Amino acid sequence: MPDAAIVELTRSRVREFIREPEAVFWVFAFPLLLTLALGFAFRSKPPDKIPIAVVQGPHAQEWMAALSKSPVLLTRLLAPEQARDQLRTGKISLLVEGDSQPVYRFDPTRPDSRTARVEADDALQRALGRRDVMTAREEHVSEQGSRYIDFLVPGLLGMNLMGTGMWGVGFSIVNARMKKLLKRLIATPMRKSDYLLAQFFSRLIFLTGEVAFLIIFAWLVFNVRVHGSLVTFAVLCLIGGFAFSGIGLLVASRASTIEAVSGMMNLVMVPMWIGSGVFFSYERFPDAAKPFIRALPLTALNDSLRAVMNDGAGWMTIAAPVGVLVAWGVVCFALALRVFKWQ
Amino acid sequence: MSDAAIHCRDLRKHYPDVKAVDGLDLYIARGECFGLLGPNGAGKTTTIEILEGLIPADSGDVEVLGMRWNGYSRDLRERIGISLQETQFTDKLTVIETLTLFRSFYREGHDPDELMRSLSLEEKRNSRVGKLSGGQKQRLAVACALVGKPDILFLDEPTTGLDPQSRLQLWEVVTKFRSGGGTVLLTTHYMDEAERLCDRVAIVDHGKVIALGTPAELIAKLDAPNIVEFTSDPPMTSDDFANLCAGYHGCAKRGDFWQLRVESLAEAVPRLLAVVESSGAKLVTLSTHAATLEDLFVALTGRELRDA
Repeated sequence: MPDAAIVELTRSRVREFIREPEAVFWVFAFPLLLTLALGFAFRSKPPDKIPIAVVQGPHAQEWMAALSKSPVLLTRLLAPEQARDQLRTGKISLLVEGDSQPVYRFDPTRPDSRTARVEADDALQRALGRRDVMTAREEHVSEQGSRYIDFLVPGLLGMNLMGTGMWGVGFSIVNARMKKLLKRLIATPMRKSDYLLAQFFSRLIFLTGEVAFLIIFAWLVFNVRVHGSLVTFAVLCLIGGFAFSGIGLLVASRASTIEAVSGMMNLVMVPMWIGSGVFFSYERFPDAAKPFIRALPLTALNDSLRAVMNDGAGWMTIAAPVGVLVAWGVVCFALALRVFKWQ
Repeated sequence: MSDAAIHCRDLRKHYPDVKAVDGLDLYIARGECFGLLGPNGAGKTTTIEILEGLIPADSGDVEVLGMRWNGYSRDLRERIGISLQETQFTDKLTVIETLTLFRSFYREGHDPDELMRSLSLEEKRNSRVGKLSGGQKQRLAVACALVGKPDILFLDEPTTGLDPQSRLQLWEVVTKFRSGGGTVLLTTHYMDEAERLCDRVAIVDHGKVIALGTPAELIAKLDAPNIVEFTSDPPMTSDDFANLCAGYHGCAKRGDFWQLRVESLAEAVPRLLAVVESSGAKLVTLSTHAATLEDLFVALTGRELRDA
């Protein structure tokens, strides 16, 4: 019964997992809590006013009156020393001082300080009678697919697929090796490939639940939707799960203690948490670093998940990052098979 | 096809710091129960794992059921059952799940429920492995070894650390397997286990067979069926017992304890009392027993099996 073995191995792995309450928490509940916390922290709300100060002086009252009309600025009147102090510690973004003509004191590397400078200047000029030569109409954007939560959910999904893929495979293999269970298994006629494939299959079973859980949650709570085809989305998640299971298998292929495998997992995952655009776009990194960042499997997964979820992209559009993912999975799985230590 | 279940010649396995197996020959007939007896570190586990095809030998020749591991690995795995020294099965699975998993690896085999009954595990059918006692875990390990209906059963220290009742239960399982025509190779450092279960025994030390035969033959090699053990105050320091009596075959000292191998207790004991008294010491303890494999090991190596 050659097929019975792979079914039994997969079933054993699934049972082992669901009987471990901690593992279930980290895989299912933790990503939801993280989404919830970040979703509320960065929820859409009216933009904050920028705090600025006017230093006491001959024109202070006049300037205060003009600046208080700006909808963007929150203006206070302060004594010179206190004002400098608050600017230095970042409590205010701009100081308006001077005896006759205003002097703007600010740190030009701070984006909100630059905004405050433009806004303050505008308000003072208008108060003195400047007339705009043109009137532009404003249109405010807050569509689905462009909010922070829309950026965040695919990133968290990718991060979760990476974490559970690598841990799910790596931890159980190293544990079995430590207990000499791997050695006992190869003392039977079991095919080695059956064991490794069962690790993949059990991963794919959990992955289905994990992804569905997070996506339904994000839809119900934050109205985040998958704009592309659901089939494309599901297959993409499976490819992601496959790639990270392959990496997990390689990382765990020789480690003989939990400490060793934990260290290696972190070595592999932490750079991707930071670099691969989970919480913020990797566009902020220098151009020279971008080819390397795009070659990382989590970047590839996040980019394609965002394209499918937010832009409704199809396979043609995401062919390049999907290729990167498949390559990672295949190469790592093949390497792992060669170097795997059974005892 | 030869009638050998296991045949190995000039087996060697050297590690950087130790010659684990150092020129070892074994011939185990089909239907035999064969014991590898020796202290910890004698090379028993390395030997049995080479024979099981789990680790390669540096040199030498191994045939199991007339086949070599190289090329017949899968066929051989279908026909042997193995219990390793320290396997821990998955704690979260139940007994029946573990057995069903192992059953799925073999083309032919026993029904897991039947096997559980014959190993008195049926009450624990749905218990998690993590909740089993040491004896129950060991019986599960043997059940996993038996589930593929093997021709040869390999047991590496099957009763180490078990309570007396669990040992008896395990011995029964081995006896039952043999009555069905199975061959057994086991390692142990318990003399009584070897004497009770094994048709033949090889005593192994430093990777070599230092004595081979049936338990009775081996004990007969001592030429001295009786052992006298005594302590005295002050302890005797000289080992000059040569003139004790006609049937004296030698002695060994462990701490304050002297152990003499003699043919006749009736002759040796009165003479020993006289020798102790004439040296000015007083006898503190005196005991005698019929010689065992343990005594043979002490006689061969000057060390004891359990703490050598």
